[in-house]
Amino acid sequence: MNTSLQDVSVLTRRSLTHILRSPDTIITTAITPVAMLLLFVYVLGGAIDVGSTQYVDYLLPGILLITVASGISYTGYRLFLDTRGGIVERFQSMPISRAAVLWAHVLTSMVANLISLAVVVGVGLIMGFRTGADVLSWLAVIGIIGLFTLALTWLAVIPGLTATTVDGVSGFSYPLIFLPFISSAFVPTAGMPGPVRWFAEHQPVTAIVDTVRNLFATTPVGHDGWIAVAWCVGILVVAYAWAMRIYSAKLG
Amino acid sequence: MTLRQGWTLRVMNPNPTLAPAIEVTGLTKSFGDHAVLTGVELSVPSGSVYALLGSNGAGKTTVVKILSTLLRSDGGTAVVQGYDVATRPGEVRESISLTGQFAAVDEVLTGRENLLLVARLRHLPRAGEIADGLLARFDLVEAGDRKVATYSGGMRRRLDIAMSLIGDPPVLFLDEPTTGLDPQSRIEVWKTVEDLTGQGTTVLLTTQYLDEAEQLADRIAILHEGRIIAEGTLAELKALMPPAKVEYVEKQPTLEEIFLAIIGRTTAPNGAQQ
Repeated sequence: MNTSLQDVSVLTRRSLTHILRSPDTIITTAITPVAMLLLFVYVLGGAIDVGSTQYVDYLLPGILLITVASGISYTGYRLFLDTRGGIVERFQSMPISRAAVLWAHVLTSMVANLISLAVVVGVGLIMGFRTGADVLSWLAVIGIIGLFTLALTWLAVIPGLTATTVDGVSGFSYPLIFLPFISSAFVPTAGMPGPVRWFAEHQPVTAIVDTVRNLFATTPVGHDGWIAVAWCVGILVVAYAWAMRIYSAKLG
Repeated sequence: MTLRQGWTLRVMNPNPTLAPAIEVTGLTKSFGDHAVLTGVELSVPSGSVYALLGSNGAGKTTVVKILSTLLRSDGGTAVVQGYDVATRPGEVRESISLTGQFAAVDEVLTGRENLLLVARLRHLPRAGEIADGLLARFDLVEAGDRKVATYSGGMRRRLDIAMSLIGDPPVLFLDEPTTGLDPQSRIEVWKTVEDLTGQGTTVLLTTQYLDEAEQLADRIAILHEGRIIAEGTLAELKALMPPAKVEYVEKQPTLEEIFLAIIGRTTAPNGAQQ
């Protein structure tokens, strides 16, 4: 176990070096969500009625999820490059824990997303985002978004291992980036027509966005919090099991 | 072992009394309906350089992947350094190093960082000294702090092989080590492999180039349609042919000789004229 942890740390350091040497991946990850933030707050936001809160406060939680969704497409991409290039075969023929290769990518994804999220929150603060959240609420926000990132990261491992082209590996994240549009992330669900509203209120983004929004606004989270956690854990368990199955089947 | 097979002399093998480093019997592997290996028999003497010769798609890489625990066979047994690859993969991985068909180097890292990476993954103390030693040995000192992305094909391959030597594994697999390399780089790699012999490392290399097998290998096995159809030293394989006829042929230089002579390399006569 001790040596496995050592292997994970050596391999994680390797992929973090990759990110440090091409920081553009972190910047491009943050560009789409920041552009959406600017567009919606300064152009469209005036026409959206979210009650008494200011629109940037309403919007930021959803933008954070979009940041993660665009960030994990790089996770899949990095894993894809490794698998193609033959270095994974070298690692797998060495006396190291085989899962270490995947965990290193997962941890790197967590760190890279954390940095992108910090950049987006920073832009939000400049644009006037304010929160009265105390330390405990902040920890809850970090916990739920961290869990969401972990779940989507394991989801990204699947195309990273199976894709045959670069387009295939990056294409899978588009639906994830657009899912927040059919949720409470940009506008309240109350104004949506019946079936759309039903979908919006029963998909994971709404529960997670509402939870984070309430934590920031210091209003009661209610049972949305548990639904959000349940969604994240559910996606995580399914994605992890699926990814691990593909990974060991590759060695068949 | 060598006596049982009926071969009389093993001059190149420094340790003829040792058990074979690699022993393969009845190895089979299919991908769907396509039978790639249909009963491969192989016995690689310890400390020898052994070439697995075959055309593209003959199954050479499949054999190497099974021996390096990257792929499970469908049937038969494969034993490396006394460990069965199916039941003792951990011990097999302790004993081997794989230099795959595509240089398994990290392009974003420098040459030195690549060596450090492998040394650390092998949990070796003094990884820095090991890396510096290998850079010197493989003539990569100057390039050591440059990103591998800037390396030539030959330098990449040398680094690749250097990475495989970390931890002194007794068995080294080289899967098509010179495929895609220019003639100069090819000679560099050949020299590297020649330098390994005599140090007790067993080398199993696959190649589709006849001259490469001829140049490097103590023994050669020809893999064709999923099985080994001929095996032995070069002399033994030559003996399988009908007796040599004497013919007078004007000796023309090969294009490779001309190319190397013009660019001023190697020992070709009148080499550096241009």
